[in-house]
Amino acid sequence: MRKSPVDIDKQNAVVRIRGLYKSFDTLDVLMGMDLDLYKGENIVVLGRSGSGKSVLIKLIAGLLKPDKGTIRVAGEEVDRLSPKELQELRLKIGFLYQGSALYDSMTVRENLEFPLVRNSPPLTRKERDAAVYEVLENVGLAQSIDKMPAELSGGQKKRVGIARTLILHPDIMLYDEPTAGLDPITSSDIITLINEVQQKYQTSSVIITHDLTCAKATGDRLALITDGKFSREGSFEEVFRTGDTEAKKFYDYNFIIDP
Amino acid sequence: MPSTPHKYTFYNRLRTSFLADIYNVCRFILRFFAEVFRPPYEFRETVKQCYNVGYKSFALVSLTGFITGMVFTNQSRPSLAEFGATSWLPGLISIAIVRALAPLITSLIVAGKVGSNIGAELGSMKVTEQIEAMEVSATNPFKFLVVSRVVATTLMNPLLVCYMGFIGLLGAYVNVHQHENTSFAAFFQHGFSSISFLDIFASIIKALIYGFTISITGCYQGYNAIKGTQGVGKAANVAVVVSMFLIFIEEMIIVQVVNQFR
Repeated sequence: MRKSPVDIDKQNAVVRIRGLYKSFDTLDVLMGMDLDLYKGENIVVLGRSGSGKSVLIKLIAGLLKPDKGTIRVAGEEVDRLSPKELQELRLKIGFLYQGSALYDSMTVRENLEFPLVRNSPPLTRKERDAAVYEVLENVGLAQSIDKMPAELSGGQKKRVGIARTLILHPDIMLYDEPTAGLDPITSSDIITLINEVQQKYQTSSVIITHDLTCAKATGDRLALITDGKFSREGSFEEVFRTGDTEAKKFYDYNFIIDP
Repeated sequence: MPSTPHKYTFYNRLRTSFLADIYNVCRFILRFFAEVFRPPYEFRETVKQCYNVGYKSFALVSLTGFITGMVFTNQSRPSLAEFGATSWLPGLISIAIVRALAPLITSLIVAGKVGSNIGAELGSMKVTEQIEAMEVSATNPFKFLVVSRVVATTLMNPLLVCYMGFIGLLGAYVNVHQHENTSFAAFFQHGFSSISFLDIFASIIKALIYGFTISITGCYQGYNAIKGTQGVGKAANVAVVVSMFLIFIEEMIIVQVVNQFR
């Protein structure tokens, strides 16, 4: 079992989800989901494509509204917040998109400055540069500061995406398929970075992935979605060393051998 | 397993109907007016968009304006010559350019160039989740993307219209000078004596309205683009087609209203 680099405070749930339902037209996606994310914890959410993993983190970030149920983030009920309150809450949330979602008309520097200048007290040029350099150093990309996103590789884009979220020092990180589409070595670098972020910034994270190597290396706890609910939850061994067919299929696909 | 009850009957059909589209467009426009006066203001982005819309359209507007002035003069000459009235050419051309051709042609060019650009750019940002990423990083994407572009296009279109009017008249002068040997001063004196303050004022109002129409249509289409790259193409295409259609409808209405004041 993975040894978490930070102490997990099991008395303090930074995200608490109860009885969450979400459907799109006639398609039921989430059907009565419960989840607690504790301070300092990394939870990995696994599930088939279309099982509602990305929907779950978009609901946490307040980008979607639930049909039923409650989502509390940092003690606030997300769907009851006014737009201004929601904007304030989002300062505590960092979101890494599957495709990185870098602003392609801006350089790396401008991508990082974008949330900074709009959400911090007025900073001097020097302070802004220092903040941008600091996060880029942390993700190992200080040399790419003046490049355009189109000039970066997939792995570099993910790193810049992480840097852009870290610039506001979030408490909660939401990673949507952080290793999707990357080669094994770059994936391994991103996994290391996720763990470094947890340690350095003391973040709590929800990591959506299909990649069991990533899940095993980054997750303090794993949760498997089946039919709109968490069917299994626990450590890597607890989730996969069972007779559960869905868990077995996942494991077999990733590691080819039986668990 | 049944979950939340689905309320997808009459309401859902209405939600996806044409009426719902109109409702969404009205909400989008109202949101623009609510956000445009509310700080913080995106000055830098607005200036950048003014440069993109205004400065980058100059070459196209210059060329089109000059050709329009020349060709229109050439085509009008035989009809006036039949009555021995070619001396009316400067007046006729000035009225035609200031009242109708400059605002209409400039706006159609802006719709094709700027409207499609806005639709495609915002559409691409929408489908690659860049707009959502702005939202989740506690920024207001509507203010940054929509308000700046609509303000820039609405302000730049009248400038482009005035510029095109001048270039169009210059094209007409070149043609008139070639055939009738009219002097520059005489051409413009005759031309300006034929147009009134109302003509210029109405033209600028038209340009403001058309600029707003083009940009709000492009932004709405792009901001609500769906279905990946196909959606981006559709957003750009619909932005141009709908804004051109609306410009002609507005032209018809504005001309009727302005004629009440003549």
